[in-house]
Amino acid sequence: MSKQRKAVALISGGLDSMLAAKTVMEQGVHVEGINFFTGFCVEGHTHAIRDKAKAKPKRNNSLWVAEQLGIKLHIVDVIEEYKNVLINPKHGYGAYMNPCLDCKIFMVNKARQWIVENDFDFIITGEVIGQRPMSQRKATMPIVAKESGADDLLLRPLCAKNLPPTLPEREGWVDREKLHDITGRSRKPQMAMAEQFGFDDYAQPAGGCCFLTDKNYSAKLVDLWQAQGNKDYELDDVMLLKVGRHIRPQPNFKLIVAREEGEGRFLQGYKNEFISMNCLSHSGPLVLLDGSPSAEDLYLAARITARFGQGRDAEQVDMNVMNKDGSERTLQVKPLKKEEIPEEWYV
Amino acid sequence: MIVMNKETLNARRLLCPLPVIRTQDKVKQLKVGDQLEVICTDPGVMQDIPAWCRINGHKVLEKKSCDHDYIIVLEVGA
Ligand code: SF4
Repeated sequence: MSKQRKAVALISGGLDSMLAAKTVMEQGVHVEGINFFTGFCVEGHTHAIRDKAKAKPKRNNSLWVAEQLGIKLHIVDVIEEYKNVLINPKHGYGAYMNPCLDCKIFMVNKARQWIVENDFDFIITGEVIGQRPMSQRKATMPIVAKESGADDLLLRPLCAKNLPPTLPEREGWVDREKLHDITGRSRKPQMAMAEQFGFDDYAQPAGGCCFLTDKNYSAKLVDLWQAQGNKDYELDDVMLLKVGRHIRPQPNFKLIVAREEGEGRFLQGYKNEFISMNCLSHSGPLVLLDGSPSAEDLYLAARITARFGQGRDAEQVDMNVMNKDGSERTLQVKPLKKEEIPEEWYV
Repeated sequence: MIVMNKETLNARRLLCPLPVIRTQDKVKQLKVGDQLEVICTDPGVMQDIPAWCRINGHKVLEKKSCDHDYIIVLEVGA
């Protein structure tokens, strides 16, 4: 009897990786999913933080995909290792701060390690030639396979027929004829396959699978790096870039202004790591100050904070300033007018 | 009588999917039949941890929220 072959599929939560896994499962291969958490993934976060989303519980698409497919999903925390990918991408960034090609190489490499440790035979991804301008071109396909060390253990079932046969095809673990030859940006072939497999309600992320493809998020990340003079970051930094309005009046500090109750509650958790402000005389948002503001800067920050509260049109408001050690004092300030906050202060 | 282990995991302040990852890593150290109580503050766990349990063959015994905590008790499956 021939050996039951096993493959691990990189599951992003989108349709392509779902179809790729399903295509191979249909051929009798045992498939399990793997998902890497870099800290920048779109799944979860903002939905957990912001109140608005509460009415509609947000599912984790990777878990949803795994459940639809009936496969196990291994979620791997790669936050620390991913820093080097984002900070020093050998192949550079995409449209924003997304190091997609290096990211793919990194993830396939991690999957390669995983199959060795878990006695699996090969790796599946949902890549399609020409799907994404930077990382999914015909020229980049062999780069991912080679630089990840996966070589011909990496099977892309959706476009395999346009690529040289991989080991699973040559060995007959999968039938190449039953794989696909999708190319380009059209989603029609994938949608037709989804229908054929009976998948609906699948996620269709517009830009990519992570916040690094988001223009505003990338601008905040660049601002953070510029302000601190290096490209390092911690998970908390990454989280805080997803929360609130970020306003930088000076290079040495910025304000993070909660936009709603959910964000305010989330920022509360950081009160002993940042100086924080909230208005005492009127209702208004909680604000964190990141950096090292001078006494004069605190005064300016209090005036900006007042702008976002109910006292914005008052002559004067009382602003509570809390230091990291919990000590507090009150500043009496005049709220800044809308036109006194230059557009370029908004990160 | 076989006495099963009951453990608690504090996943407060972590945002999804980190509570799921910490649950997954903790469950790897437990035996079939052991129970794990996961205490979280991200409401997303109320969907994500049960989904993870269904996929991986574990049983959710209890799901509750009190104050700002969301608590899930699961039993490790085979
Ligand atoms: S969108 Fe983000 S997670 Fe996806 S390949 Fe690009 S950098 Fe990696």
